[in-house]
Amino acid sequence: MQRPTHRWLAGGAVAVATALALTACGSGFSGSGSSDGASGKLTSSDKALTVMIGSSGDAETAAVKSAVSDWSKSDGTKASVIAASDLNQQLSQGFAAKKPADVFYLSTDALAGYASNGSLLAYGDQLSNKSDFYPSLVKSFTYDGKFYCAPKDFSTLQLIINTDMWSAAGLTDSDIPKTWDQLQAVVKKLTGAGHVGLGISGEYARIGSFMTQAGGNLMNEDSTKATANSDANVKALDYVKTLLNDGDLKYAKDLGAGWGGEAFGKGLAAMTIEGNWITGALKSDFPNVKYKVAELPEGPAGKGTLQFTNCWGIAADSPNQAAALKLVEKLTSKDDQLAFSKAFGPMPSIKSAADAWKSANPELVPFLSAADYAKGVPTAKGSADVVTDLNSKLESLATGDPKTILDATQKNLEALLK
Amino acid sequence: MSKTTSRSRRSGIRRGEAASGWLFTAPVIILLGVFLVVPVLMALWVSFSDWGGRGSPFSSGVNFVGFDNYSAILSGGGLAEQDFGMSLKNNAWYVVLVVPIQTAVALGLAVLVNRAILRGRGFFRTAFYFPSVTSSVAITVLWLFLFSTSGAVNKVLSWFGINGPNWFNDPSGIVHNFLGLFGVKNGPSALTQNSLLGVSWWDWLGGPSVAMSAFVIMAVFTTSGTFMLLFIAALQNLGGDITEAAMMDGANGWQRFWRITLPQLRPTLFTVLTLGLIGCWQVFDVIYTGTKGAPGKTTLTPAYLSYKSSFIDQDWGQGAAIAFILFVVIVVFTIFQRWVLRERGVSKRRMRLYQPSITAADEARTDNADSKGALR
Repeated sequence: MQRPTHRWLAGGAVAVATALALTACGSGFSGSGSSDGASGKLTSSDKALTVMIGSSGDAETAAVKSAVSDWSKSDGTKASVIAASDLNQQLSQGFAAKKPADVFYLSTDALAGYASNGSLLAYGDQLSNKSDFYPSLVKSFTYDGKFYCAPKDFSTLQLIINTDMWSAAGLTDSDIPKTWDQLQAVVKKLTGAGHVGLGISGEYARIGSFMTQAGGNLMNEDSTKATANSDANVKALDYVKTLLNDGDLKYAKDLGAGWGGEAFGKGLAAMTIEGNWITGALKSDFPNVKYKVAELPEGPAGKGTLQFTNCWGIAADSPNQAAALKLVEKLTSKDDQLAFSKAFGPMPSIKSAADAWKSANPELVPFLSAADYAKGVPTAKGSADVVTDLNSKLESLATGDPKTILDATQKNLEALLK
Repeated sequence: MSKTTSRSRRSGIRRGEAASGWLFTAPVIILLGVFLVVPVLMALWVSFSDWGGRGSPFSSGVNFVGFDNYSAILSGGGLAEQDFGMSLKNNAWYVVLVVPIQTAVALGLAVLVNRAILRGRGFFRTAFYFPSVTSSVAITVLWLFLFSTSGAVNKVLSWFGINGPNWFNDPSGIVHNFLGLFGVKNGPSALTQNSLLGVSWWDWLGGPSVAMSAFVIMAVFTTSGTFMLLFIAALQNLGGDITEAAMMDGANGWQRFWRITLPQLRPTLFTVLTLGLIGCWQVFDVIYTGTKGAPGKTTLTPAYLSYKSSFIDQDWGQGAAIAFILFVVIVVFTIFQRWVLRERGVSKRRMRLYQPSITAADEARTDNADSKGALR
């Protein structure tokens, strides 16, 4: 790092030079290549498809590979899967070189950036299974009024309870908190020697669930209006601040853990707020912890939680969009989504797979029930940065002023919409 | 000179020399051109354009936007300016701490290892150089383990009754923390109300965060070895005669080091400081593998921010602009440091010590002046 090489500069330079070289010998400098981007006219050729994924591990890579090769066999179009080591960077290089992967994972916070520079094909309306997706997920992938890409799967946050600590504190199933007041009482009872009642990651992606329970969120559902400093959000942060100051809620990092799941698994917290991915982590790292999943309590505005999702992006510069669309339809079909869910845990993004999933995962039902009321995270271009900024302020929420914190976020979000 | 060249060019035997010259240097010129000059110029163009990251930056849809990208970073008042200010603040503290410490440590190690009476010099030399040879990614990962909340460092600190900080999760500035010991929690309003690049003066003066301090320690640990090698080479080049002469004049070891050895090391010192400065301002890989700017953006550096704005946020113009601002910062610092380390003429007062005759004459004149003043 101290070495006198201009390593990062050189790295960037190589990337740009490669981009230059590829554009020069590739599709040429001008125009938008083979696709005119208008809906309805998909490019079609016999070129092979490349699928680029940001994989969580071998299980996910293997599952996607087998699903893609199944499709490839039945359709006759060749397709290969690449597990990217840094998905955003590799996608960016592909777009700059006009040789992008045809189909790829796309996160909600990356959507606006790629959609605004024209890299993405807005194919959502052409999906044959369009009406099957949960409407809130469709909203998350709608940018500028266009439904861009098919939600791949999704996750929601719920309350994870350590059942041993729960019964040790003399609590029963009927004590599972239904309101904020009950949650406050329960975390007080659960806080004891060596552990706190509730341990969560100190970031918007967890604390935001309280905002939705109070009826707020950082932006409206279409991410076209900033609502960060609404009274509901202030109320939510005030509530979290109270729990923090009581010492019954602690952030994972203050407990000496990297995230809520680790704090929970190590027994540093009796409850945590995490998504359905926690089940995999607990199974592999902390197999002896007994837990159950419950819905988060209702706030002043009823039930609420956050959801996280990715979609299958298709590149505007793909030479074979028609085949790519067919592949995506197959990958979001009920059978494939249930297979993915079995292999690495996410929940299917289509309503028709809900019952099968619920019966296969009876103990995780609260996660999927949340599909009816969960809210997405902001998707406006640059909103990820604003959230990072908010997270840095939430770290000192215990001593900070919720209204001041949210006012700053409001200002930053409004700046994005100009 | 030019006459001889032109004649020799005409005179048969040396004809075509220029052509072969170009031919032999061509590979390097082409390599440098394709991989350095062209990309740098392209990046410069990107920093003045609204290129969005799709297709070539020279395609027809890309427009010249003047200094828009630069002004967004330097005076936009938004998050981009704040982030850049924050990254400059972090990196400035990193430079201020790492460069002097690593230079001093490297020099100290070199002097120790260079001593003739030391047994097993080769072993120590290798041992000190080892961290520099190891991949920085590997060391970063090691560091994340060592400095984790329940890691080895905090364990050792606990033996001394110190409750170690939550290293890589602690965004508080160490100067702030130090002041906090004396009950100073909030700065004077003169500092908190005014800001530069979206970061208040109180925060600028807050010192590196605890997380950044762990990186400072790591930088010193990994790079001192490299620079020790440079100092050893320089020390071995020094003749013993001047030192011996100083010994005869009765200079003790400490004086010999400060008055004899160190001044002779000035060229090496310049090299080490310059390389250290550039390396520190460009710190990227440890941030990328380690913290990615967290906690609370206190390990964000301009180099990483440039990468992040481009590849993650798709703000390619701003990313390129940050890179060029960073370039200017490095050049300014290097020039400043060159000016500080320049060869100075010996001052008159000093000169007197060495030239008795001048001294005598000078003194006579001063005496004269003094007596005149006294008379008046």
